[in-house]
Amino acid sequence: MNALYNFAVGPLAWVAFTICIGGTIWRLWSLGRLARERDASALAYMNWKDAITSFVRWTLPFSTCGWRENPLLTVANFVLHVGVLLSVLFYSAHNVMWDYNFGISLPSLPDGFMDAVTIATILACLILAWRRIAVSASSHVTRRADWFSLLLVTGVMVTGFASTHGVGSEDFMALLHVLFGEVILVCLPFTRLSHAFLIPFTRAYMGSESISVRRTCDW
Amino acid sequence: MGIEKRLIDDTNIARGVEHATPERITKVIRDVLKGEVGARVKIYEETCMRCGACAKACHFSLSHADDPSYTPVAKLDKTIFKMIRTKGKLTADQIREMAQIAYTECNMCRRCIHYCPVGVDIAYLISLVRRICNKLDITPAFIQDTANSHSGTFNQMWMREDEWIDSLFWQEEEARDEFPGIRIPVDKEGADFMYSVIAPEPKFRTQLIYQAAAIFHQAGCDWTMPSQPGWDNSDMCMFTGNYEIMGRLKRAHFELAQKLRVKRIVMGECGHAFRSIYDQGNRWLTWKDSPVPVIHSIEFFWELINEGKIKITHQYQDPVTIHDPCNTVRGRGLADKLRDVVHFLCANVVEMIPNREHNFCCSAGGGVINCGPPFKSVRLEGNRVKAEQLRNTGVHTVVAPCHNCHGGLEDIISHYKLGMHTKFLGDIIYELMEKPEV
Repeated sequence: MNALYNFAVGPLAWVAFTICIGGTIWRLWSLGRLARERDASALAYMNWKDAITSFVRWTLPFSTCGWRENPLLTVANFVLHVGVLLSVLFYSAHNVMWDYNFGISLPSLPDGFMDAVTIATILACLILAWRRIAVSASSHVTRRADWFSLLLVTGVMVTGFASTHGVGSEDFMALLHVLFGEVILVCLPFTRLSHAFLIPFTRAYMGSESISVRRTCDW
Repeated sequence: MGIEKRLIDDTNIARGVEHATPERITKVIRDVLKGEVGARVKIYEETCMRCGACAKACHFSLSHADDPSYTPVAKLDKTIFKMIRTKGKLTADQIREMAQIAYTECNMCRRCIHYCPVGVDIAYLISLVRRICNKLDITPAFIQDTANSHSGTFNQMWMREDEWIDSLFWQEEEARDEFPGIRIPVDKEGADFMYSVIAPEPKFRTQLIYQAAAIFHQAGCDWTMPSQPGWDNSDMCMFTGNYEIMGRLKRAHFELAQKLRVKRIVMGECGHAFRSIYDQGNRWLTWKDSPVPVIHSIEFFWELINEGKIKITHQYQDPVTIHDPCNTVRGRGLADKLRDVVHFLCANVVEMIPNREHNFCCSAGGGVINCGPPFKSVRLEGNRVKAEQLRNTGVHTVVAPCHNCHGGLEDIISHYKLGMHTKFLGDIIYELMEKPEV
């Protein structure tokens, strides 16, 4: 188990990070090239000011029609994304790992608080899963790709929590947690998870188009 | 539930389906997806999270609350996303379903942009579906006929050049009884503005030309109307997906204005024509902006009022409500100016809710009403929310500065027995303005 864990956090982690970063750069570069070739009529109107305005607006919960009129989605969505970000960046065990491997780390939030964040994030995943089953507007169009990305995020949070709270074998859960994390890294550039780096562009365009061309707003 | 259960017969769609072989379908889809569009479509398909937030935006899905196949995301999933997923390997019957969704169950009103967290431009994707269907000749007959008319005559209504010019002279002559000395100046070079209308005005709403002439005459405007093809600013080809003709129409319109050396173009109270010059037509022609400045009637009336050139004898007393057309308000931010004009004219204005850029579409726009009688029930049953929104205002007059909105709202009013009627801004201004004693 130990050797497997060391392999997972060693060579496998390097492979995962390389694919994630390399894949993301490749996707952004190739999509950017394609956009310049074929989407000039959209790119022509893009501007930073409107892009940032739209982005900020949609980053604030309940500040757009979409968020206001879908309250459960809004809460679950923000809890999930903020929870994942906090866990990755400010969880003490992750910071120990960053420090051990790269000699850099961010300040850590108290473990008790992070436990609450993790549980809230898992609950948010469950709510989003419930929506995909019970809310017909979502269930009607949900595909395997949607379940896959949700499953990965739920898996990484659950195994992370389990490994630090004695649920199941600690070593096994830690290994699973690392593997889930690495699958996420590998899949991020090529699956639905790519929204992590593509949404800034879709929002930037919609903000620019709505504010400058349509002279109104996109919220 | 699902488009398969609500297919409607249409002669042109049936003819197109007959000739659409699987090979041709695949080729057309691939040609468009690989040759005409690029990263936007790819990214939208990939990042649409299928959350269903857009269901709260669309009047079709709100009016069919129990049927998720009417949500914007379902329409994308069933059409363009399916084309991408299958790499164009589809049957003619599947394209037929897609055509009915794209042409008759989406007004491309863009209300959903306020609801999509990702920022997917759903109307753009639906217009792409129409483009593909049109290239396969699978387009509803009635709207295809207007597009054919555009191709043959450069106007939407098969009007001959002499009929158009005669309509202008006829209206000038009519107006002389009421406004001695009035002119509808045809082809006057160097005028301040060229006034352009959609072809249905001379065809069956000719009084609108009369009214516009009366308003401009009383306001002392230096204006002209063109006699040449290109006078019609409408563009149904934008909605069928025939972008080649769309581009030609826009070019002809602007070249006419340039030929007449006018300072700008004022467009009549039409929404889609306005959309065609700031959104789709100009982009097809690779123009970032218009070669000649263009403003919509809402804004022009606003200018005339602010300059004190429109004088009214009294305000309209019956309570009115304002319908914000998608293409001028959600599409071009004219909500405030529209309100300024209506409040100047009317004493009692009751806002409908939601309003401004969040207003519900009339369900006629985007070429849906132009798909004709076979699909009338689609837009009426699909806009129950509009009927409720109108009814809740408790007024009898709806001010709607858009032709398509008029048609759509009148149908809704009649279908749901709302006891209301619609008015253009020009109708009210003409009714209230100071007229010469004759």
